[in-house]
Amino acid sequence: MSEVDLKDVQGLVRFGYGKMTEASYVLLRIRDAAAARAWLRAAPITSAVTMDPPPKVALQVAFTARGLAELGLPSSVIAAFSPEFITGMTEESRTRRLGDVGTNAPAQWAWGYAANVPHLVVMFFSEPRGLTSFIQSATGSYWSDAFEEMCWLKTADLDGIEPFGFADGISQPEIDWKRERDPTKAQIDYSNVVALGEFLLGYPNEYNKYTDRPLLDPDERSARLFPAEDAPEKKDLARNGTYLVLRDLRQDVRGFWQFVSREMGGSVAAGEKLATAMVGRTRAGDPLVPIEEKPIPGIGSEPEEVRKNRFTYARDPIGSACPFGAHIRRANPRNPDFPGRPASLLKRIVTMLGFGPRGFRDDLMSPVRFHRILRRGREYGPELLPENALSPAPPDDPARGLHFVCLNANISRQFEFLQNAWIVNTKFSGMTSESDPLLGTRTEVAGCPVTADFNQPRAGRLRRRVSALPQFVTVRGGAYFFLPSLRALRYFATLGR
Amino acid sequence: MTPQSNFMVLAPIDPAREAALRTRLESMNKAPGVADPNNSLIPFEQFDRLHYARLVILNDQTTGDIRVYGLEPRTYPLYFAFLGDIDGDKESFLEQLAHRAPSGLGTIFSCCADFGRETDLVRWMREHEAPPIANYVNWRGRTVRRAWQEAKLHDAIQTFLEIRAAEFAELPAREVHRRLRDFVQTEKSAGRLALTPEAPTPGEWSIKNALHLLGMPLLFLLALPLLILLTPFYLIWLRRLEKTDPELCARVDQAYSDGLAQAEDRLVSNQFTAMGSLKPGFVRLSTTIGVLWTVNWGARHLFTRGRLARIRTIHFARWVFLDDRKRMVFFSNYDGTVESYMDDFINKTGFGLNMVFSNGIGYPRTNWLALDGCQDERKYKDFLRRHTLPSQVWYKAYPGLSAIDLERNSRIREGLEARRLNEEQAREWVALL
Repeated sequence: MSEVDLKDVQGLVRFGYGKMTEASYVLLRIRDAAAARAWLRAAPITSAVTMDPPPKVALQVAFTARGLAELGLPSSVIAAFSPEFITGMTEESRTRRLGDVGTNAPAQWAWGYAANVPHLVVMFFSEPRGLTSFIQSATGSYWSDAFEEMCWLKTADLDGIEPFGFADGISQPEIDWKRERDPTKAQIDYSNVVALGEFLLGYPNEYNKYTDRPLLDPDERSARLFPAEDAPEKKDLARNGTYLVLRDLRQDVRGFWQFVSREMGGSVAAGEKLATAMVGRTRAGDPLVPIEEKPIPGIGSEPEEVRKNRFTYARDPIGSACPFGAHIRRANPRNPDFPGRPASLLKRIVTMLGFGPRGFRDDLMSPVRFHRILRRGREYGPELLPENALSPAPPDDPARGLHFVCLNANISRQFEFLQNAWIVNTKFSGMTSESDPLLGTRTEVAGCPVTADFNQPRAGRLRRRVSALPQFVTVRGGAYFFLPSLRALRYFATLGR
Repeated sequence: MTPQSNFMVLAPIDPAREAALRTRLESMNKAPGVADPNNSLIPFEQFDRLHYARLVILNDQTTGDIRVYGLEPRTYPLYFAFLGDIDGDKESFLEQLAHRAPSGLGTIFSCCADFGRETDLVRWMREHEAPPIANYVNWRGRTVRRAWQEAKLHDAIQTFLEIRAAEFAELPAREVHRRLRDFVQTEKSAGRLALTPEAPTPGEWSIKNALHLLGMPLLFLLALPLLILLTPFYLIWLRRLEKTDPELCARVDQAYSDGLAQAEDRLVSNQFTAMGSLKPGFVRLSTTIGVLWTVNWGARHLFTRGRLARIRTIHFARWVFLDDRKRMVFFSNYDGTVESYMDDFINKTGFGLNMVFSNGIGYPRTNWLALDGCQDERKYKDFLRRHTLPSQVWYKAYPGLSAIDLERNSRIREGLEARRLNEEQAREWVALL
């Protein structure tokens, strides 16, 4: 089994570029394909190789399906990418699944809908005070001929805190870069290690299979592409690439803190208790359930990592410590393949036949390892501390939110499943009247009018319920992109010749 | 207890009237594929015994697949199917149906080849019955009326608790239970809530069920010596087939898939119709029959309370043979999206899926019948999508409720009907609210 050639992978797959606190993403439409390819040839795209000293700037680029077509990739090749990527985020039935309805509906987006679908996104990252000059140098001479700038998505450095005021980006899957784990083995305990093929195309995924992608017949142009591992006679255009999901999530920070404070009697401090339950972590990032004594594969042993990440919900089956509906419990339920830890084969068979644990909330969710995403989002807008959020918004209150970015090899099984079945779904984990407390739309579902609750179960007492949650997050734009390998980028740069 | 039953009317469509049939079916909907519960042809919601109904044109896209075995596809008629899952016996339901919606049914059935103006509706439906070889019901004996009553109970309790939130906040679980029992008692006495007790189980059904429960294993035991003798030959043959049966798992046509998606995800539940041809030969046919008999037996006697093996999202499902058992249709009503449904199956009961569906032409390669197959997720999902048919009309009696909702509501009711709960039971019960 060959090692991954990190020189070929865009760095975003491996790094969040945390030290590069300045970042800006530009959405582009291709004006002149030849000039775009010329820019691409010269662009200093950053790879995933560790450098010493580490780079001060990074440049990443990803294309929508339309963008690949504009660039000159034949439609027969594009057709071999995944259907979700080709049809795009705003396909009508998909918007129902993703919760992009009501005020989230694509027709109201700032970008990403109909004629506003970008062709590509170019992402610039830089250490402090270097971004402007980096953008100047990296755009270079072909830029203005090549592209029409649709909009710049500026980001802000809030020091790892998302706009509502909570530590963010703590839980990330650990990629099995060396492919040491056998994903076909049943997973009895939660593990944070996830198959390489879940995040990079061209490698086996959690089913130990290769995700579908364009494989090319070898010719002069494709000569420098890697062969496909699963079809060595073919060239693997997508190997070391992945899909990038970008969504502009506008956050109503004032609305959030005003709501939780009002619910809890007026003070921010009391409101923070409710906010903490809604997130599932304290503002500092500590989970609400106790830390596991035993290590969890893929979760480090540094004290901070242990404190924030070495936990599952196995010891909180009734949700009294961390509500079932809490954002982080929805986004990553940390559940293994089976309920009830059936260690022996016999017990496993009994469980498989449906005679395992039979409590009301047992076995409601699909095993999480098939639904992980790598998050690489960045915040935007100025910091607004909770205590200042209670005052009414000034007329020129700047927008705040998250440019949500996630990477995954199978958009429908990873991002879309997670967003649909766990975040948006009002029936998640045996509940019936609430969607994600942060991201939910509160839109009525046919036959169940109430979707705006938030329940906090308590041991031996009636749950505490908050009703009529407003919508705190509004989707303002979004698209599915393909984040190619460096070799594929060079391949794209030669198209049209 | 009133056991559920099911019906399916299957008839060839008069080719000249197919377009008319499609228009008529469409007129029954309020959204693509989702029935208006009070539509003028069959006002479904007036039938309080009807859980689900579906009217579908069985336009199999894959009849040509048999060519991979060097066989010429037969020309099958284009069928129309009308099916439903109901409380109580089928006969009386069909009569009720014919009695209440005679002109609507006539309008629809008249698009079928052998339905004339003078045809007797009930007799025609009986003559065109296509019984399932295997059938699954999520919760034996939970009637539509009970589901409705228990949903109302749930909502009434929630409204009451919202008004009295302060009073209930710090009450111990058993006290919560006691006070809610009183509340529900009051509501019942005032006629605002009804919780009809279970009707007595029909004696005939109980006898048949007991015979089925014992008969199948008995037959199996009787046949066992022969089966043991045959097993080695069977396995050798099966392994040969498994190694050579071709896979047909190409990427599904996007426009076709998008067409299916139009009718999907409009309610918390979805419908699923999949159709295809069996692999030729006796081994595959007998395997299918054997496996489905087992599934049917299990569904009837073991999986009667909310779970089919590990799957908790299926309300009703059935398998029906067509055309001398050359073809099969699978119908299901389940919660969530088709993607999550397939993931649920692959990750939780992949073995069962393989044993049933691997006898269909083109299924991803299995090993020893139960292994691999759908574990090739991409192939399986494409295989299934390609075999999926749009359902022209689909009705669900409780559109906002998932199977888990129904279970919760039943558990709430059961808890209320218990006179006393111990501390542990009371805590579990209160956690349902």
